[in-house]
Amino acid sequence: MGSTNSTLSKIPNVEELVQETGFTPAHIVRLYDRFEALDKEKTGHLRPQDFGAINRLAINPIGDRIIGAFFSPGQETVDFHSFVRILAHFRPADKKRPKDPSMPEPVNSRTSKLKFAFQLYDQDKDGKISRAELLQVLRSMLEMQVTEEQLESIADRTIQEADLDTDDAISFEEFRKSLEKVNIDHKMSIRFLR
Amino acid sequence: MTDLCEGGMDDLWSIATLLLQVWFSVMIGLIMIPAMFGLSLGVTSVYIQILVKILEWATLRIQRGHRDQPTLPVPAPLPNGLIQREGGSMEQEMGELRRYRTQSISRGEFALSDSFYFYRKGLESIVDDQVTQRFSSEELVSWNLLTRTNHNFHYISLRLTVIWGLGVIIRYCVLFPLRITLAIIGLSWLVIGTTLVGFLPNRRVKNWLSELVHLMCYRICARGLSATIQYHNKNNKPQKGGICVANHTSPIDIVILANDGCYAMVGQSHSGLMGVIQRSMVRSCPHVWFERSEMRDRHAVTSRLRAHVAAKSNLPILIFPEGTCINNTSVMMFKKGSFEIGGTIYPVAIKYDPRFGDAFWNSAKYNMVSYLLRMMTSWAIVVNVWYLPPMTRQEGEDATKFANRVKSAIAHQGGLLDMAWDGSLKRDKVKEEFKEQQQKMYSSMVVGKKARNSQEPHTESTRR
Repeated sequence: MGSTNSTLSKIPNVEELVQETGFTPAHIVRLYDRFEALDKEKTGHLRPQDFGAINRLAINPIGDRIIGAFFSPGQETVDFHSFVRILAHFRPADKKRPKDPSMPEPVNSRTSKLKFAFQLYDQDKDGKISRAELLQVLRSMLEMQVTEEQLESIADRTIQEADLDTDDAISFEEFRKSLEKVNIDHKMSIRFLR
Repeated sequence: MTDLCEGGMDDLWSIATLLLQVWFSVMIGLIMIPAMFGLSLGVTSVYIQILVKILEWATLRIQRGHRDQPTLPVPAPLPNGLIQREGGSMEQEMGELRRYRTQSISRGEFALSDSFYFYRKGLESIVDDQVTQRFSSEELVSWNLLTRTNHNFHYISLRLTVIWGLGVIIRYCVLFPLRITLAIIGLSWLVIGTTLVGFLPNRRVKNWLSELVHLMCYRICARGLSATIQYHNKNNKPQKGGICVANHTSPIDIVILANDGCYAMVGQSHSGLMGVIQRSMVRSCPHVWFERSEMRDRHAVTSRLRAHVAAKSNLPILIFPEGTCINNTSVMMFKKGSFEIGGTIYPVAIKYDPRFGDAFWNSAKYNMVSYLLRMMTSWAIVVNVWYLPPMTRQEGEDATKFANRVKSAIAHQGGLLDMAWDGSLKRDKVKEEFKEQQQKMYSSMVVGKKARNSQEPHTESTRR
């Protein structure tokens, strides 16, 4: 009776996913449905084109970067596990979890979220946001609305403000410091209804 | 021995003919004749009430079943999406993100946290997006014993399964043949009746008769779908020489609306069975059928429609400006072509009750025939139709604004969401303009209202 009897049984290694990401089984079922809806050709993997079909994402100025975050370098497809792992970065932080230094940093802690945001800027993954990388992001967000000179002066000013060791690039520590007052958990979280 | 067999065969035949006779007399007596005169025997309302009771019972059983089995996490279907969306605009959110900045620069300037807004929006749309939702059928909170509407259903109890099985038998073996027969009778009567009326020369009698024929056969077709239609505000019904505009969910919308009045249909002329129906319909009263080549020429289309509307004695035209079928939870952008014709617009809102059957035609998933089969094997179709007061284009209002005004009125009345997206989005990629809009909004926060081309003198930038 019914075509999707127990979606949970279709997903391999659900327990592992729950442990790793902290999503409840119900959330994982929903995400699986969404994954299947995006995977129009039913290959079990998503390619960049499948993300591109989402209209709201296509008009997002940094949509391409967000899509890129799902694909490890050299990979052309993303499977369900990786899909969920990336989305887990945006899970709201668990307030009740005790701070246990021996456990690895949970994927949705403040530091992990900041790292994720940092990587979206630092495309070549050298641990620093160079002036060129910053310019690239600015260009995507502003495109034809400002002149090249304006873009450059904005980039200069930003680096000036954040760069403490004057190496003309922003490292992760400097990034973190400059955003220490931002409520990261609130601004970089997606709350599931039920 | 053979005598016995022959006797047996004769008996079988006579029983069969008897059954057929009973079948037909039931059909004609109880269904067709009342349908033709617009009367109702009340059978359908009793049927609907019984159905509602059974469905409520089924839902309670499922809920109880869930409580007893806490290990199975079946999330309840959500009508409006998976995630909580922040309601703030881009400005609000950016402002909150930048509050930490201690310098006195309040407007303008880029902050590293600005991109968080876009990241979050982007990821939200990956998890769930409003537009794609509209093109798949609504998931129901309760269950209406049709597995097609509840994706998360699984086995709960034996009793429920038995009831579901009974439901299948009733739907496919009892209701379905009945409905098919009615549909065939309805359509053939339409063709025959309109052709006959077409031979009459006299104007007044011909019009009256053609209206009668049309109404009768649409009523029979509606019975063929077990459709219960509730019309509201009948005083606003579309008049002759006007244009009737409605939201589109399925091809059945035409049957629903035509049950209460006569309309001139607008559409492409088809070949085959549809073509036969179309050609015979035109014989009794003027409809507007376009050849495929004509459809491309917008001017030709508009002028023909205008000519039709101008002749005040012609029936009101029926147009669906969304251009495609939407799943009846929202109203998408109206194409402005219909609103450029002039004349009075009579908006109509159509809302299907999803408990009894999903009327949405997902043309990507099902073709017309399988869609009609699904319709005929649903429980029933319960519809509410609201006639809204007529609207005309005001001075200085362009067609797009007028279209949006009408759309809001329809969405408001039908309890549907008023969406700014285009119905054709489900097939095309979204336009670059929307992306530019986002960029424009963001840039006004970063560089303020300065014109794009002005060169910033160095002193100004250091002053900030």
